[in-house]
Amino acid sequence: MRIEHIGVAEYIENARNDPEWVSEYYSVLFERIGKVEPEINSYITLADPEKAVKNAVESAKRKTTLAGLPVAVKDNISTKGMKTTCGSRILSNYVPPYDATAVRSIKEHGGVILGKTNLDEFAMGSTTETSFYGPTRNPWDLDRVPGGSSGGSAAAVAARIAPVSLGSDTGGSVRNPASFTGTVGFKPTYGVISRYGLIAYASSLDQIGIIGLSVEDIALLLDIVSGEDPRDSTSIAYPSAKSFYSSIKDGDRYLGDFKAVLVSEMWRGVDPDVNTVLKAVIGKLESNGLEVTEISIPEIEYALPTYYIIAMAEASSNLARYSGMLFGISKDPSGVDWVKYYSRIRGIGFGREVKRRIILGSYILSEGFFDQYYLKALKIRRLLKQRLVKVYGDHGFIISPTTPITAPRLGENIDDPLKLYALDVETVVANLVGGPSISVPAGFAGGLPVGLQITGPPLSDLDMLALAYRIEEIIGSGKTHAPPLG
Amino acid sequence: MRSIIGIELHIQVNRVGSKLFCSCPTNYYSAEANRNTCPVCLGLPGSLPVVNYSVIEKATRLALALSSRISGSLIFVRKHYFYPDLPKNYQISQYDRAGMVPFASGGYLDIGFGGSSKRIRIRRINIEEDPAKISYPEGDPLKSPYSLIDYNRSGMPLLEIVTEADMESSKEVRAFLEKILTLVDYLDICDPDLEGAFRVDANISIEGGERVEVKNIGSLRDVEKAINYELTRQRNIIRAGGSVKRETRHWDSARGVTVTSRAKEYEEDYRYFPDPDLPPIEITKEFIDNVSSNMPELPWVRAERFIESYGLSRYEANVLTSRRWLADYFENALKYYGNPSKLADLLINDFLGIVNEHGGSPRVVKGSPDKVGKLLSFLDRGVISIKILKQILPDVVLRDLDPEEIIRSRGLDVISDRSVIEKLVDEVFRENPKAVEDAKKNPKAINFLIGKVMAKTRGKAHPAIVREVVARKLRE
Repeated sequence: MRIEHIGVAEYIENARNDPEWVSEYYSVLFERIGKVEPEINSYITLADPEKAVKNAVESAKRKTTLAGLPVAVKDNISTKGMKTTCGSRILSNYVPPYDATAVRSIKEHGGVILGKTNLDEFAMGSTTETSFYGPTRNPWDLDRVPGGSSGGSAAAVAARIAPVSLGSDTGGSVRNPASFTGTVGFKPTYGVISRYGLIAYASSLDQIGIIGLSVEDIALLLDIVSGEDPRDSTSIAYPSAKSFYSSIKDGDRYLGDFKAVLVSEMWRGVDPDVNTVLKAVIGKLESNGLEVTEISIPEIEYALPTYYIIAMAEASSNLARYSGMLFGISKDPSGVDWVKYYSRIRGIGFGREVKRRIILGSYILSEGFFDQYYLKALKIRRLLKQRLVKVYGDHGFIISPTTPITAPRLGENIDDPLKLYALDVETVVANLVGGPSISVPAGFAGGLPVGLQITGPPLSDLDMLALAYRIEEIIGSGKTHAPPLG
Repeated sequence: MRSIIGIELHIQVNRVGSKLFCSCPTNYYSAEANRNTCPVCLGLPGSLPVVNYSVIEKATRLALALSSRISGSLIFVRKHYFYPDLPKNYQISQYDRAGMVPFASGGYLDIGFGGSSKRIRIRRINIEEDPAKISYPEGDPLKSPYSLIDYNRSGMPLLEIVTEADMESSKEVRAFLEKILTLVDYLDICDPDLEGAFRVDANISIEGGERVEVKNIGSLRDVEKAINYELTRQRNIIRAGGSVKRETRHWDSARGVTVTSRAKEYEEDYRYFPDPDLPPIEITKEFIDNVSSNMPELPWVRAERFIESYGLSRYEANVLTSRRWLADYFENALKYYGNPSKLADLLINDFLGIVNEHGGSPRVVKGSPDKVGKLLSFLDRGVISIKILKQILPDVVLRDLDPEEIIRSRGLDVISDRSVIEKLVDEVFRENPKAVEDAKKNPKAINFLIGKVMAKTRGKAHPAIVREVVARKLRE
């Protein structure tokens, strides 16, 4: 059996027809993991193969919705009884006593948690190089980064050692690695997937997202993990009578039903090769009926600094709880007072980038700077949201590169925070506005995947997935291109 | 030297079923340590707070009772400081600047004091979560080799009430606190008699001087002691020509002194900002109206009613209405016994004495109000003497024994049979000839003889009849 082209839809179909096929699938999958994973380093923790197969076969026999589908989960999403480290030394021994709501939904629908994927420490980064567990490598070129922070989730799917995965997206952390690895990465509207159990980086921006091989696969899993959660006050019930999956399959929707707009500021500083690939794709979409206009939104220049001010401020607060008291690493506290004890634990437990963001965030929230930075950032966020919701209303979805470049080499950006932060320039807008955004594979530049990003207003998820599905039909799905591995 | 005092009072909302942001129970007094916990109140990574709406309802009741202005939007904020009792190292609270608003602001409470009334203004009311409870095996942190943390208290709902500096003595502060505690009892917010139900921080200064904050006062008795101690300390400094330093001090209950908190090397910056996990909650007029129309009778309204309808004194009305269960008990007993004044007297002087001897909690009261009513009617009908009544009251109150049953089984009925009493008097006269002679000369000595008769019946003889018979026989 070859599993490179088996996505969620194919898996479920096969598994439900023949539960015995499931054990065959799993043995091929684990064999491939054994071969490929040492090169990629996409997982921090893997499920016990025997238990996983047993669960999956049983699920398939019971004809559950997911029929034992293996799902890789980013290691900042809590899994009961399975280590959840956030890629940080400070949580390197933390085993949550509860499941995140999204994980619970997957399990309840017969899915199996295949493993926990690598990430930038506490999801702070765009390359998956800041993990305590070492960098993840890009399956298309092992000298290059897979993007981040959900680099493990994207690399595992791209390398075909997970059919689908959960990631988290605070400023592009699902879409950026999807773009660098030739996979589909979707961040829904803020609140569509419960954040309960997602270990917070920046609460007002964080959203669980899905990485898969096709738009269809994304929709299938989104139907399972979305929904209002009484444990998350910011979660919402998506207002639609139809499932995401059946909506995208609706044959009555054509490319010509959609409008799209190019924002000129989002095409500035884009690598010429990336630009060429994407412009060609857009030309093809236009010739297939998509109406594309172009406008300028000068305010969008403020998105990146606004994003970083809010994200760091919230991060400094969210990460205060890691002090070696109730969970995570601890030391013998005798002989030191608690201030010293906390400093010691945090000193050894956090990496450089996390410390940098905690310090900057604490500064931003301090007396005297709060108004100057934080309140101002909130104001710009509000204005940006108003402006963009109007743009969406008038011109349709914003189409842009997901990242201005293809995957950089390992170590290329890590020492220059400003260069690193600039990787997020295209993606942060969706998080600030709270709307959905998706990155779909749009071809290759210099042998490396290029992603096309669609961004829309809150609650346009259904339409966005339908549009992405039509685009995929025209330019081809990433599923057909597997990296040369194993 | 006029003293100026304002207080910050934290009332624990212990009369709701679950904590402020999770579904853990609030009965931490009786629960085993760290049993009432979950990922939310332990601050585990990834957990999220969800507001318990019944706390908002209770806070609304308090704001209405104190005539405070309720903000249209309830905004929770994070207050950051690192401390071992705070699992997230921030406390979810409320704040009043930069777009953040308190739950309610303004308002007042009038306290009766020295025969007149004084208005204490309220600055604000906030909703916040309680940290965990730290305890030290040796009592003193410095002497203890380790400390223990009980997270059962973590996430308990608190209402913070901040007053203006309108009070001038420890007595006024106590009067204010007593009235507020009665109020929160009536509003079904808090059982003020439970351990840890409230904590007080007091801002104390002598007019013209710097303000000192005394933290960590946990009982009414300590409030008076702490304030008096601090006022004396400040006056002594001023008298000696010094000036009071602006600082934070802690009340050391064991030693009965305020001690300076270790000087901080830096100014505490709490880095307040709105909690992104808790979207603002709109407090609508409909919601407030609904709470308002379901308000329980307020204690001071009830006290006035007791004075007017039952003819009680102000003192009696105040004592009986000081706790809702007591006022309820009084009114229920009245259904079985029609003399409010005698009933009030018994409840205040005897009944409460018994309850207080056993810890003061209404939970020790097992006997229903009708039984106390019955006892009083037995007294009125001459079935038992007041002495017998007092003797059996504890069994009725604490053990729920039936008064009729006790009287019958223990043979406690009053002896009012004259022939029996005459025989007893004759006996006493024979045994105490000298006392009889004394009594004939000195009418006051008659009590000795009456006492002897009563002793022979172990208090069961009807005292009026005994007195009458003894007097008659002395004249014969």
